[in-house]
Order: sequence, then C-alpha cells, then structure tokens
Amino acid sequence: MKMIYKLALCLGVAAMLSGCERPPIETVQTGYRGTGMEQIYNPRTLVKQAPLNQAPIAAEAASPDGPKANQVYQNVKVLGDLSVGQFNRQMAAITQWVAPDQGCAYCHNVQNFADDGKYTKVVARRMIQMTQKVNQDWKPHVAETGVTCYTCHRGNNIPTQVWAAPKDRKYANSLLGDLAGQNMATKEAGLTSLPSDPFTPYLMGAQPIRVNSTTAMTGVGANANRASTKQAEHTYSLMVHMSESLGVNCSYCHNTRNFQSWEESRPQRVTAWYGIRMAREINNDYMTPLTSTFPPHRLGPKGDVLKVNCTTCHQGAFKPLYGAAMAKDYPELQVSAEQ
Amino acid sequence: MAEYQNLFTSVQPVGPLHHGIDLPRGDDKRTGEPFLVHLLGRIGNAQIGPVYLGSLGVASLIFGIAAFNIIGFNMLASVDWNPIQLIRQLFWLALEPPPPAYGLNFPPLEQGGWWLIVGFMLTTSILLWWVRTYRRARQLGLGTHVAWAFAAAIWLYLVCGFFRPIMMGSWSEAVPFGIFPHLDWVSAISLRYGNLFYNPFHALSIVFLYGSVLLFAMHGATILAVGRYGGEREIEQIVDRGTASERAGLFWRWTMGFNASMESIHRWAWWFAVLCPLVGGVGILLTGTVVDNWYLWSVKHHVVPAYPLGSPVVVDPAILGVKP
Repeated sequence: MKMIYKLALCLGVAAMLSGCERPPIETVQTGYRGTGMEQIYNPRTLVKQAPLNQAPIAAEAASPDGPKANQVYQNVKVLGDLSVGQFNRQMAAITQWVAPDQGCAYCHNVQNFADDGKYTKVVARRMIQMTQKVNQDWKPHVAETGVTCYTCHRGNNIPTQVWAAPKDRKYANSLLGDLAGQNMATKEAGLTSLPSDPFTPYLMGAQPIRVNSTTAMTGVGANANRASTKQAEHTYSLMVHMSESLGVNCSYCHNTRNFQSWEESRPQRVTAWYGIRMAREINNDYMTPLTSTFPPHRLGPKGDVLKVNCTTCHQGAFKPLYGAAMAKDYPELQVSAEQ
Repeated sequence: MAEYQNLFTSVQPVGPLHHGIDLPRGDDKRTGEPFLVHLLGRIGNAQIGPVYLGSLGVASLIFGIAAFNIIGFNMLASVDWNPIQLIRQLFWLALEPPPPAYGLNFPPLEQGGWWLIVGFMLTTSILLWWVRTYRRARQLGLGTHVAWAFAAAIWLYLVCGFFRPIMMGSWSEAVPFGIFPHLDWVSAISLRYGNLFYNPFHALSIVFLYGSVLLFAMHGATILAVGRYGGEREIEQIVDRGTASERAGLFWRWTMGFNASMESIHRWAWWFAVLCPLVGGVGILLTGTVVDNWYLWSVKHHVVPAYPLGSPVVVDPAILGVKP
C-alpha cells in the first residue's frame, strides 16, 4: 500500500513538471535594474539552433574587368552591369542558396539559358530585384548586414517559413462552431488560443496595430479610442509571432509595464517597426503580383501566393544568421535593379 | 496502530445514517436513500445524500445543462465533429462572443448568437442556484452568509459578461466560454487598457485574494494544530472556550501579538473572500468606461516610479514622417 502511494506521488510530480522546461535558464539584463527588462535563454536550445543559422562561406570575389553580362548573354534584365565573371559567380551562388540539388536547370532551360519559359526564372528575377530593394531602401531594418537569397531560402527551393491564407475547415460555414479566426492550437499563434492569422491584417493589410490610448481617461465622440479587446488579441497574436520568430521575450523591444511607450522601449522596437512595413511591402509589391506566375501547386490552399512574415528570415534568431554580414560579399545584390 | 485524525483519517467512526432535520411545510421531499462511501469518509463525511433538489434546483440544472451542451456542441462543430480533436484541443476551443461590428444587437447564431443564448441560460442557471442557496439556508434556519458570498462572485461574473459590455455598447467586450480563450481575454483586456496591474481596484482585489489564502492557511493550520484538544469542534468553542481555543489564541498572541476569536476569524475570512470579487468587479467596470489607460492614470496620480531612459531616447518612427 505504501509503495502505491509513493508511486502515485512520483507520477503526480512527474505529470506536474512535464510542462516545464528543464534548466538551466540564463538571464541577460537589457534594461534599467528593477524594470524586468531581460532576455531568457536556455543554452540547450541555443546549441541546437546555432548550426541551423550559419551563413555559407562566400566564393572568392570575381574580377570586375572584361565584357558586361548583358553584352555577352541574351535577355539579361537584372545584374546586367556585372562582368561575366561576377555574373557567373552570382548565378552559382544563387544555385547553392536556392537549388543546390537541381542546379541551373531549376530555373533555366539548359538548351537556351535566355529562355523565360520556366516560371522559376521569372520568379528568381523578381526576387533579385526584391533583394536589391530591401538592401537599398530598407536599411532601417536590415542595416549594413543586408540580405541575400540565403537569408530566407537556406538551400531550399521555397523558404521553409512562409504563410498563406489558412484553409477553411470542412464545416466552416455551418450554424455551429464559429472559431472567429482563433481558438486553435497553431504554431502561428505560439500555441495560444489567440487569432491564428495575424499576417493578413498586418503584413498584407495595414490595419492599426496600436490599441492603447494616449490619455488616461476614456475619450468621448471623436476622442474615443474605439479599439476593442478582440483587436488587442490580434495585436497580441502578431507580437507573439514576432517574439517566436526572433526567439526573444516581449522585453527585447518593450518595457512591459507600458507596452505603448516609445521612450521606454529599446531601439530594437524601431527596427521591428520598419520590419513590419518591409514585410508588408514585400508581400504586396513582390509576392502578390507573382500569384499568376506560380503554378497552382506552389500556391496556398486558397490559391494565394506564399508570403513572408518575420520567421521567413529570422527563423528563431534575433538577427537572421545571427547577423552574419553575407551581403557585403555580394555587392551586386545591394544596388538598385534596372527595372 | 490506527489513529483517528481529522483529515485523511485512517479509521472512520460510522454512526447510523441520518436523513437530516425535518423540513418546513411546503418543501419538497429529499430524494434518495443515504449511503456511505468509505473513500469520501477519508477526506470528509462518508455519508452521501439524501439530496434536496426542489423546483429551483431542477430549473437551475435544466438551464445549466442546456448552456453546457450548447457550448460543447459548438466546440465539437468547430473541430468538424471530430471527438478526438475535441478532447485534444479542448483547452483551446471556445464559444466566442460576437464580433465588435454587431454592438449590442443580436447577431446571427453562428456569429455570436449562440454566445448570447448561452450567456442568458448560464446566467439564469446561476441566479436560480443563488436563490436556492438563499432559500435552503433560510429553510434550515441558518444565516444567509453563503448566499451573499456567492452573490459576490456572481457580481464579478455579471460585470465581465453583462454590465461592462452593455456600458461599452458591445457584446464583443465580453468573455468567451473556453479555457485558454478566457485567459487570453484576460491578457488582452489588460494590454488594451494600459496594464491592469496599475488598476488600484485590481491591486485591492489581489490583496483580498492573497489575504484570503493567508487567512485560510493560518486558520486551517491553527485548527489542525489544536485538533488533539478537540479544536475541530469550533462551533462549540465559540460559545464555550475549551483548552483548544485558549491555546490557539495564545499561540497567535505570542507570535503575532494579536489573536482573532473563534468567531471573528470566520468573519475575517468571509470579508476577505467576498471583497476579492467585489472590488475586482469595480475595477473591471471602470475599465474602458471611465479609465482607458490604467498606466497613464497611475502616472497622473503619481504612483508610477520613473526610471532613467536609455540613450539615445527611442522615438516613435511613425511621427518622424519617415516614408521608407
């Protein structure tokens, strides 16, 4: 009888602890003492994550001398100003970053490299323009670190972390069981029951993210803040997504006693602010117009194109590839494209 | 050797089953023959029944079961009628109040209409049960303390799901029926209204919550400690202090300088428990109706400590007119 009690006690304790993360937990202070501004890390998680976020070694720079690529090759609409050597180095790098298994044939008709017949080539050209645009005009987010194809692709044809409008449930339009876009255990909402698609309203649309009032008391009429608690849940969901994408706590950007205050925030919040707008521009100006270019099997369950969010580049790291400055080895991805 | 204790007891003194005192005229009969359950006798009274349900109890159960079932079937429908997914995702599922666009209008059934119906049924059920607790106490010749304590909890329930949504002009402000979803609502309302920890009524509510816990622990420990002197017969010791009561009081005068009496400790506990939802409800009722940002309210009333800002001070990029 005594043994049974002990066994039951052990099982009970095990069950209660099963949801916990095994220590050690390391805390890094990031703000003034007493404000609770700190980052929590588990070294075991970082050890697992580190090899997944390493940048590949860059090939040796090619000589800028010699004839230009657009003089030698046909139908070169981007990167044409490069020397043939630089151009081929860039093409080889893209192959390594995006289609290491399929090689040149993933995008090119190997009988005629100038042919635009493969959709992948058309997409790749647009993606090069997008990369240049990001490096050129989104420095408030990517700074001098910049991005390359590898920042998102990591050796995959399609970046592993992308989103599309979620599929409807089988009985989505019945009289019972409306989920109101939330209350499901989804990775997107960080396994909370918050709204599972914060991307459509904020990273496609430009719905207001801010819900707090700037005055203590409730305003009347035009001064009233009409943001609802449900709207706050959507904002919360977007923030959970950002936190999960970067592997950081709320206090990486915010002073959590007063989420809205910019003065009490860390400068990282400004970087993130630009990041939201950058993702929005990429989705609206680069991805969505490509919808008809992609074959149906490359689209989401509702026929919309696959789109980016914070995870697409960050993949759990506070800076993609821990801030490895890959782009400096590929200056051709930093200049504005001939449109 | 087996020993009689007053909690987790290993021996059970079993007397004859009793049906309870006679009921006043006009009451229904109690139903069911009483019986003993040994395991329950280890943590309380071994006797189960007889049960008094009465018309109020039956009506309350009908409304309550209807509400429970509507919530359950909505949850089941939301996982495409898959019972395994219902169990797997039970903690995530919910019956949501209507979207904000409907205000206080009656929305379509699948857009929160069910939520309103369930809210009505559950509230009816709870209120009927409240009347029942009041009536049963009266019929037994007791005071109505339990009913009023229950009313304090009902106050908070009605503030969250009825009074505040009406004052805000939108059912969408109310709480969803679901495990995690109602917790997310709690977080979201705090985030929306500038951090509920700066709401002084929230702070008071926490004081009474933790205070209740502390008093409960102190009282429970005291009575258990004097159990060997018959301290568990508290009611008798209220009118006739025995050695248990004397020692319990002496202990606290020694350790704390003050002791409650056998009666007053229960008044302390009752008020702490009742004030927890009462003041909490006031805090929620003011949120969004009077105060829109509790952090800024606290700044206004000089209760927020100022910390040095980082350098350079971060500026909202939206006001810089930066067009990226």
